[in-house]
Amino acid sequence: MSSAEQLIFEKGAPGRRAATMTAMDVPTQPLESMIPPNMLRKEAAPLPEVSEIEVVRHYTHLSQRNFGVDTGFYPLGSCTMKYNPKLNEDMAALPGFARLHPMQPDETVQGAIQLIYELEHYLAEISGMERVTLQPSAGAHGELTGLMLIKAYHESQGQGHRNLVLIPDNAHGTNPASATLADYKAVEVKTDPATGGIEMAHLRALLDAYAGDVAAIMMTNPNTLGLFDSNIVAIANMVHEAGGQLYYDGANANAVLGITRPGDMGFDVVHFNLHKTCSTPHGGGGPGSGPIGVKSHLVPFLPGPLPAKSEQGYYWQDAGPQSIGKMRANNGNFGVLVRAYTYIRTYGPDGLLHVAQSAILNANYVKHELAADYEIAYPLTCQHEFIATAERQKEESGVTALDIAKRILDFGMYAPTIYFPLIVHEAMMIEPTETETRETLDYFVSVMHQIAEESRTNPEIVKTAPHTTPVGRLDQALAARKPNLRWTPGQEATH
Amino acid sequence: MSYIPNTPADQQAMLERMGLSSLEALLAPVPEPVRLRRPLDLPPALAEPDLKRLLMGMAGKNNDLDSMISFLGAGLYDHAIPSVVSHLQRRSEFVTSYTPYQPEVSQGMLQAIYEFQTMVCQITGLDIANASLYDGATALVEAALLAVGPGGRGEVVISQGVDPQYRRVLHTYAHARVFSVTEVPLSNGLTDLAALNEAVTASTAAVVVQQPNFFGSIEDMSAIEPIAHKGKAVFVAAITEPASLGILAAPGDYNADIAVGELMSFGNPLSYGGPALGFMASKQKYMRLLPGRLVGQTIEEGGERHTGYVLTLQTREQHIRRERATSNICTNQSLLAVGATIFLAALGKQGFRELGELCLQKAHYAYLQITSVPGFEAVFATPFYDEFVVRSRVPVAQLQHQLVQAGIIGGYDLGRAYPEMENCLLFCVTETRTKDDIDILINALREVQA
Repeated sequence: MSSAEQLIFEKGAPGRRAATMTAMDVPTQPLESMIPPNMLRKEAAPLPEVSEIEVVRHYTHLSQRNFGVDTGFYPLGSCTMKYNPKLNEDMAALPGFARLHPMQPDETVQGAIQLIYELEHYLAEISGMERVTLQPSAGAHGELTGLMLIKAYHESQGQGHRNLVLIPDNAHGTNPASATLADYKAVEVKTDPATGGIEMAHLRALLDAYAGDVAAIMMTNPNTLGLFDSNIVAIANMVHEAGGQLYYDGANANAVLGITRPGDMGFDVVHFNLHKTCSTPHGGGGPGSGPIGVKSHLVPFLPGPLPAKSEQGYYWQDAGPQSIGKMRANNGNFGVLVRAYTYIRTYGPDGLLHVAQSAILNANYVKHELAADYEIAYPLTCQHEFIATAERQKEESGVTALDIAKRILDFGMYAPTIYFPLIVHEAMMIEPTETETRETLDYFVSVMHQIAEESRTNPEIVKTAPHTTPVGRLDQALAARKPNLRWTPGQEATH
Repeated sequence: MSYIPNTPADQQAMLERMGLSSLEALLAPVPEPVRLRRPLDLPPALAEPDLKRLLMGMAGKNNDLDSMISFLGAGLYDHAIPSVVSHLQRRSEFVTSYTPYQPEVSQGMLQAIYEFQTMVCQITGLDIANASLYDGATALVEAALLAVGPGGRGEVVISQGVDPQYRRVLHTYAHARVFSVTEVPLSNGLTDLAALNEAVTASTAAVVVQQPNFFGSIEDMSAIEPIAHKGKAVFVAAITEPASLGILAAPGDYNADIAVGELMSFGNPLSYGGPALGFMASKQKYMRLLPGRLVGQTIEEGGERHTGYVLTLQTREQHIRRERATSNICTNQSLLAVGATIFLAALGKQGFRELGELCLQKAHYAYLQITSVPGFEAVFATPFYDEFVVRSRVPVAQLQHQLVQAGIIGGYDLGRAYPEMENCLLFCVTETRTKDDIDILINALREVQA
């Protein structure tokens, strides 16, 4: 195992620097003549003092201590870690896109507004919605936007008292957190243990019990178990009859491209995760992009402005009087939108359908191959992902999902999402995506087989994994008990 | 074109292994009434060279900041990006990784974010910082939510010197989350202290002031601080132009409790306004209330006890705490935080201060020049950083259009957000503008007037 990399603050020497500044080519004035003395900075910010070679080596080393899709297989469930095309990076970096200021006059950014205008239409078609706003910055931001739209709609209908949002017990954590932020109370809907979908009797009971108070239901379909809820039409009818709206969490939209559309299923609002479905890179946790599509009755409430087109060209149209307002400064994560646009144009309609079909095939293939060694939480035809569990291993030798995840790292692959959804014990949520070769899938299966073997014959090697990574298992409890969130001068080096 | 590696033969073999004859069997769970039995109505697939041509054509329809001389700021600032930043930030191990849930193979990203958190503390003079938020506007909202508290119904007092977009976003969230927002008017381009004093009451949860404010004016934070703190309110400083921190007092210096703002312009392309890079720094006491990711230092459980980094205090977060989380944020802006970290490392202690002074001096030179052109007059007599307000005798729309013809993107039209400021322009001059650029602007302004 290699030792830790020093912090940038521990490198360099006083007086060293990397970047040089542009020339001071204007006549200067004394600082004190421009700035009141009490508002002048007294001490320089104690930033690092390092040369360019030190900066380069340091961050190159850090990158080498990080695992990405370009490094290897990344079966992280619900995260859709597919290959991120290099072409898309190059397009987003074109100066004509990257070097634009959001306040530029519309006449100087015709290509940018055109791209946004067209992407909105593509996403509306893919989701079966009337209009789409590209403003939200990520999936959770989209969820909040969508719930605000629903709230504004209900208020406009004299139904502002509706204060409950139904959320299945297998939902992403962002769903209830977003509901709270929109001042809704989250009410959990049970999963049917036989189908993995919503338990219809429970939904019926909730709708009856809370008649008139249900604002919406938030669903992911296929859900986080990787299962498509075949009752969706009935669910939509029941919720609509109760006066509620249907919100579609698009985290798993990779499974439905060209196969079915949230709008056709009966959803009123949908968010996309362009950083999942449209393969824009996750960047170690962002940026993402979470556009929201809506049916026509919600269009007047969309945040503004929205792109529009006239004979004179493209322009930004201010939101109408019923708009909820604005969800962030400026008009969305444009750099991410350029990548998503390029992605959709790469595949076209047949290609996108093939994406979804191939993702579903790969997931079912891996599920089929793992079934001999691991419990499959819901042994049904899955869509883009499925849940295997470590229940058998835990019972036999005390090896947990966490141990198995850590052991996978030793074989040059990332781990599945573990302990989620919360309703499955020892869950390992596996999403292979469509961009993996059969050989890679077979290698993953062989590694999982070996780990299952080890769990029987040599469980210690699994319980103490990983063994080949830059660091071993880290003390999470210590990190939370004695939080150290920043470096300070003289801080004791622990390595 | 496609990034799907498996051929039809591969896929057929996989299906056979599962005892299936066609893919269609796997789609059986999707009921027929909701199946889309037609191709999506989208343009046909394009090969890479054709797609490149298409996108380059669209990009070519834009006048970018390299082909024009821009004097736009108004919340986002054009600062030069050293080559070293883009090269390192674009390393694909950073770019193609997910949120670092498995720390053993994510040490690079975790350590870079720990360094980011440290640098945000260093420039703001505060104790702790989080791993990033969507943008400055949503960071401000998160600070307001923190102050109002869970289920709270408190009141947020905000200066009208705060970026109008930020205030719009705050109002949008406040309506949904049901807390009230009181705006404090300006007087001669600065927050009206008497009005502020009146607005801040015992029930005020947060007081938000931007420094420098939206007009570029430097607020007297040492006079504002005692007013903000006269009750139990959290004093929030909003910073949209972080280069100012090289020269101006840091939020920690004037006893702000929380600093929020926008760091996109440090090392990341402006990219038509997004992805951006919101930050939040605070005093230590707010640690367990902070929204979003936090990276902490720890050691290995066994072995050599090497130092390592992990996501920590996760019980605040949505994936653990669900409806009781401090925020709903999940995906943030990590890659942009890496860019800002490398940017600040490259500038270093000395460069950061120089950047601050370059913007200040160049803006003051431009101010003297512009306000000496007949038909343009200064609107405020306040100290400013790298933006300032000028009133034009020529209507702004006409002026802007004529400047574009001359290859110049003029200042921001303040009439858009402040109706009482018709024909006022907010000019921004960062270090990326040369004396020649400024002189070209002056000549163009003279011609417009003539």
